[in-house]
Amino acid sequence: MPSAKSQSREAASLLIKGGHVIDPAAKINTLMDVLLRDGRVAEVALPNKVRGGADEKFDARGLIVAPGFIDLHVHLREPGQGYKETIASGTAAAAAGGFTSVCTMPNTAPVVDTAEWVAWLRHPERAGVVNVLPIAAATRNSRGATLTDFAALQRAGAVAVTDDGKPILDDEIMRTALLLGAELNLPVVQHAEDTRLTEHCSMHEGPTSFRLGLRGMPAAAEATVVDRDVTLAQQIRESRLHVAHLSTSDALKAVRRGKRARARVTCEVTPHHFTLLDQDVGEYNTNFKMNPPLRSASDREAILVALADGTVDAIATDHAPHATHEKEVEFERAAFGITGLETALALAITKLQREHKIPLARIVELFTAGPARVFDLRGRGSLARGNFADVTIFDPKKRWTFEAAKSRSLSHNTPFDGWQFTGKVVATIVGGRIVHRAD
Amino acid sequence: MMQRLRPYAMNKPARGSLLGIEHLEAKEILGLLKLARRMNPLKVRTLLRNRRIVLLFYEASTRTRSSFEIAAKTLGAITTLVQSSGSSIEKGESLLDTGSTLRAVGADAIVIRHPCAGAPHLLAKHLDIPVINAGDGMHEHPSQALLDAFTILKHKKSFKGLQVAIIGDIYHSRVARSACHLLAKFGVKITLCGPPEFVPEVAATLVPGLRVSRHPEEAVRGVDVIMLLRLQKERLAGQKIRLQDYVAHYQLTPSRLKLAKRDAIVMHPGPIIRGLELTAEVADGAQSVILDEVHNGVPTRMAILARALGKAK
Repeated sequence: MPSAKSQSREAASLLIKGGHVIDPAAKINTLMDVLLRDGRVAEVALPNKVRGGADEKFDARGLIVAPGFIDLHVHLREPGQGYKETIASGTAAAAAGGFTSVCTMPNTAPVVDTAEWVAWLRHPERAGVVNVLPIAAATRNSRGATLTDFAALQRAGAVAVTDDGKPILDDEIMRTALLLGAELNLPVVQHAEDTRLTEHCSMHEGPTSFRLGLRGMPAAAEATVVDRDVTLAQQIRESRLHVAHLSTSDALKAVRRGKRARARVTCEVTPHHFTLLDQDVGEYNTNFKMNPPLRSASDREAILVALADGTVDAIATDHAPHATHEKEVEFERAAFGITGLETALALAITKLQREHKIPLARIVELFTAGPARVFDLRGRGSLARGNFADVTIFDPKKRWTFEAAKSRSLSHNTPFDGWQFTGKVVATIVGGRIVHRAD
Repeated sequence: MMQRLRPYAMNKPARGSLLGIEHLEAKEILGLLKLARRMNPLKVRTLLRNRRIVLLFYEASTRTRSSFEIAAKTLGAITTLVQSSGSSIEKGESLLDTGSTLRAVGADAIVIRHPCAGAPHLLAKHLDIPVINAGDGMHEHPSQALLDAFTILKHKKSFKGLQVAIIGDIYHSRVARSACHLLAKFGVKITLCGPPEFVPEVAATLVPGLRVSRHPEEAVRGVDVIMLLRLQKERLAGQKIRLQDYVAHYQLTPSRLKLAKRDAIVMHPGPIIRGLELTAEVADGAQSVILDEVHNGVPTRMAILARALGKAK
């Protein structure tokens, strides 16, 4: 992999001229120029009104200029599973997808359950080209039995805790995690799945799983856990619960209940869950196998409503790369998960904006201000003066075809190979440096 | 570039493959049944002389394996059996690598039984030789459905207007899924009967014209065919239903059988457990065609193999 330095171009200041700025946190949705200087946002002003000079200019005419996208949920597989993905390759894919910050999941080998591993992930030697914000394990080795040292993990740079890949099922452990998180203002991210109901299951329970002879995960396996967690979050003052990759209509009802009660409950949704259905699994295509699984049409409909009405806080990819030999096997034995970093924005524009008429400003919010609020990421998610100079520039009308073989990710397990999209990332800027530019 | 270990990669199953009943057309099914009627298991033929058929069995089997083997040999083919124990499968070789290896050895067709649904489909997608599904997990068992259709047509003039009750553990049954797909293509009215654990409501969505009943008396009333499924005791372990309750409620007894048409036939893919899903009197009774089914397995599988290898090349 090329290093971060060779991919980027050093410039003390960069003026992004003529673009249409959408910055939902600052309520900006108009033509503006943006000046970045010394890694920070120096100025956002009406066209040609920026006062300072710049070493370099970026012509953004006809393009959308947005705060750098934040992905709350990625698996970069390091430490330990570099054959699937590395921080270098995964962040290159992130940059190509317009993400300037990615929150990494701790279910690696070993599990990221110590301050040392959190620091290791953030070390410059990992050669990440975008910001890597580690999420640490909530319990030791993510076994669900003993809580980790939240304070030490947070000091080392962890932005949240989770046992993702597995749920925190034990009531008492979850309650204590939320209590500790409340003291530290640290979100607890739940992979909501009652695994007692999903043993040996490989897809959503419904007509398709019955027809294919595959054991199905009932929607209730997600909803019951979210329901319990929301109840706990309502009882514990200042606790912060974030529901990862929410996929069912009933789980959304529980999140709405928490939000109405003013509990600090947030949730994210993946592009594949707002795009695909369980029936798309076809003839056992393992690139449509992930957890939570693709759901029913009514679940997808509920998700689309919640994306539009503000119930959903963020779009997160759950980018989960796997090697070919882990996917080209019997469906029931194939690894769960698909890649997603390079197709997220394109799916959001193609599906949410063009097909379901969700305004572009709302979509940008789901990639920027929304996720920044969920993990309280100071200085990110908006182009306010003084914030990090993280910017995503995209063409919302550009038509293109995604080719998995050309992906920057080490793995190509995507259901979207060959899909025609509208909306493409043109440039990704991290800390004032251009780390990705479309060919 | 590394040499690809799987040089035969294909996207579509090779011609002659039989992966399931669901995607077969009615006329293909009738064609296979017609071919099966012309097959004489007592006369060894040379149609498939020197063709190599591998029986790749990842699961135990008596009927299916032996009748595929006899069918192949009756047509003059060479067969070899590869089982998971005693082969490289035990050492962790993947399904695709095993398939490529068998292809390299010179297999002209692979008959596969596997505990995972969709395993034959995966193999077929990556091999340029016909793949025949001899049962994949809970998904399909197409040769069983065809031999059952063959058996039904020996006793009934046609599928027209027929009513069929299928009683037992539908959820875990690949036989039931294939039978439903086949019969529905000919407009047969099917009633699935069993407790919710074995016959979930979602089962009714499998094919058009399917209904679910919890009462065998209602399910068998006036039907032409009763198909029973083996109750797998090991499946009961985790379920709420107890064995005695199942026997009391769902066992096919002579008195329940009387509710069906007078000339109704009783079918069972085997192995049967007397005293569980049916009584000994019913199993051995005049209406039982259970052994007939086994017998019809050979000509049906001869037809499947002839279709796979006989004509196209």
